[in-house]
Amino acid sequence: MSHTHASRVVEELRDRIAHLEGSVSRKALVLPFGVSDVDERLPGGGLAYGALHEIAGGGAGTVDGAAAALFAAGISARAKGKVLWCLARPDLFAPALSQAGLHPDRVIYCEAGKEEDVLASMEEGLSFGGLAAVVGELVRLPMTASRRLQLAAEKTGTLGLVVRRWRRQTEASDYGQPTASTTRWRISVLPSQPLPVAGVGRARWLAELMRAKAGECAEFELGACDAKGRICLLPLSGNRSDTSAWRGSRVG
Amino acid sequence: MSVDQPLIVISRSGSKRWISAADTAARKLGLKVGMAASKAQAMVSNLQMVDADPIADAAAVERLALWALRQYSPVVAVDGTDGIVMDTEGADHLQGGEELLISGMVNELRGKGLTARAAVADTWGAAHALARLTTNETTVVPRGDVAKAVTGLPIHCLRLAADTIQALRILGMETVGELSALPRAPVTLRFGPEVGRRLDHLFGRLAEPIEPLRTPDLVEVARNFQEPIGAPDTIAKYVRQLVVQLTAKLEERGLGVRRSDLVIFRVDNTRQCLRAGLAKPVRDPARLTKLLCDRIEKIDPGFGIERMVLVAVMAEPLEVKQVASTLVEEAVVDVTPLVDILGNRGQRLYRITPVASDVPERSFRRIGPTAVELGADWAARWPRPSRLLPYPEEIETMAVLPDQPPVVITWRGKRRRIVRADGPERIFGEWWLRPREMQAVRDYFVVEDEQGERLWVFRAGDGVDMKTGSHKWFLHGIFG
Repeated sequence: MSHTHASRVVEELRDRIAHLEGSVSRKALVLPFGVSDVDERLPGGGLAYGALHEIAGGGAGTVDGAAAALFAAGISARAKGKVLWCLARPDLFAPALSQAGLHPDRVIYCEAGKEEDVLASMEEGLSFGGLAAVVGELVRLPMTASRRLQLAAEKTGTLGLVVRRWRRQTEASDYGQPTASTTRWRISVLPSQPLPVAGVGRARWLAELMRAKAGECAEFELGACDAKGRICLLPLSGNRSDTSAWRGSRVG
Repeated sequence: MSVDQPLIVISRSGSKRWISAADTAARKLGLKVGMAASKAQAMVSNLQMVDADPIADAAAVERLALWALRQYSPVVAVDGTDGIVMDTEGADHLQGGEELLISGMVNELRGKGLTARAAVADTWGAAHALARLTTNETTVVPRGDVAKAVTGLPIHCLRLAADTIQALRILGMETVGELSALPRAPVTLRFGPEVGRRLDHLFGRLAEPIEPLRTPDLVEVARNFQEPIGAPDTIAKYVRQLVVQLTAKLEERGLGVRRSDLVIFRVDNTRQCLRAGLAKPVRDPARLTKLLCDRIEKIDPGFGIERMVLVAVMAEPLEVKQVASTLVEEAVVDVTPLVDILGNRGQRLYRITPVASDVPERSFRRIGPTAVELGADWAARWPRPSRLLPYPEEIETMAVLPDQPPVVITWRGKRRRIVRADGPERIFGEWWLRPREMQAVRDYFVVEDEQGERLWVFRAGDGVDMKTGSHKWFLHGIFG
């Protein structure tokens, strides 16, 4: 009897905490990756709408952010509606986004001269509502700014994606600084999927989920976005010792 | 009338005829403005002459001023008989800054067949003088540098009466610097207060407000304040009221705003403007108010604001449309409010659309964010990198000619061994765009190094014939 009573109290407390966190109304609102191993590790079973997610590259990707941009493009391709892409360095090649499933008619680019303007445009885009996702390419993301973006996203339920890219590889240690974002990813390139013939196969990424609010860190070896923006689990037996457990879940 | 022959415009008063304007060809032959017409006829044989029509000229200048009012700045007026003056403060950021504003304007006018010179300076007098006396097409005087820029200019740029200028010349005054160094009292005693006043206008010691050009078809609402206002909240409140009045007026005419100006008159007789542009005609008070109030912090009320005017500089017929026809149909989100907000902050907004070209840097084009969606997409046969370098960067490679991918590449000082590669994807030059590309060839390869970094490299040339390219290797993009 006392056990059920205790569990009811705990349940009530949980509800109240969830209410305080303001996540009650958007509990079910997530964008699943469609890969069960990834979705299981994310609270709610996918990337939460109305939240800010940070994506950075690893290695040389900290500067060019090529894989991180594609990862963000794949996510926004699977969300429904238009996408606002805010950037300060216009070196994004639109055909690649289209190959990741993001049709050129769906993307509105917002080119700003300064980092601060990118932040301001992102906030405006997030609080506008009606967009599928707002992507911003940023060098610095201070706590205050990330909190503002997170709050703006929470208000409208728009997906906020920040692609972090730095001027120099050494500056990437900045990624350890805390921000208000809900999840934090690092996407590094891996050797592509081997083919029976000479050539470059499907690109592979090491996706590290470095931080997830109310979740745990995880690491996945992924196959890069296909033409619909979908990723898949694509581990290789290669030189890793602990991949035997992964083999069973190999997809695509 | 032919274009190659020299052309002059003849003014007449009584029996006196003189040149009032001459084109480049005529000026090259030594004809000058002010020269007697008979002398010009004696100097040049096949001279074309047109009678001056000052009334038509004035009307044309006014038409130009109206065009500039719609296009560039909220405060535009006709300056003399041959110019336009505009207050660019608060409007230049929409064109990307002062320099881009005036160079864009001069180019636009050249497209219309007009030669124009433009200058930006702190004061009307300085801009007037510089635009007429420098040979550069565009001049921008940095803030606070007026005194340095104008001291060397001749005194006839001062907008004084011709006989005053003549008298000053007789006294030996040639430049503005010499004149301004003279003691003020004797000059005023001899020539009246006008000389001192014009000098003060030139140096910005005396305000010279521009009375903006207005036509009857501009929709305008105004409000005067008994007590000057200054607090941002109060300004926002009255902006809201003005917007409601303006939209009511526009509704009577069935129009929507494309561009609106808020002109603020301060108690010290200076003016400030806020311009808000819209991607589509709008009559929604809430949206207009947001656009104008978004930049209220740019207003410096000084000692207070005594009058606010809101003008719909550009208005277009507003179509009424049904938003959704059925409940089942999903409403298409209209992004124009967001585009307006970001655009008015000076951000460049665009979409990228495919262009039928195989050359990567020509395969896309920027279009307006609210342009019609055509659904066009790139024919995705080959993978494309997510980052394209602004210019292909030369790399050092080891590769077997003619059609093998490189084995080792060195880019930005880093040597990479290539493990996998795909290619070549051969792209031919577009000779219909540039004759030099008649035989040009690029062979693109996707290469992957040991770490798994995938790069897009190409060789200029087909590997056999040196006519097709230099056979140097370049890196053009980075795959994710």
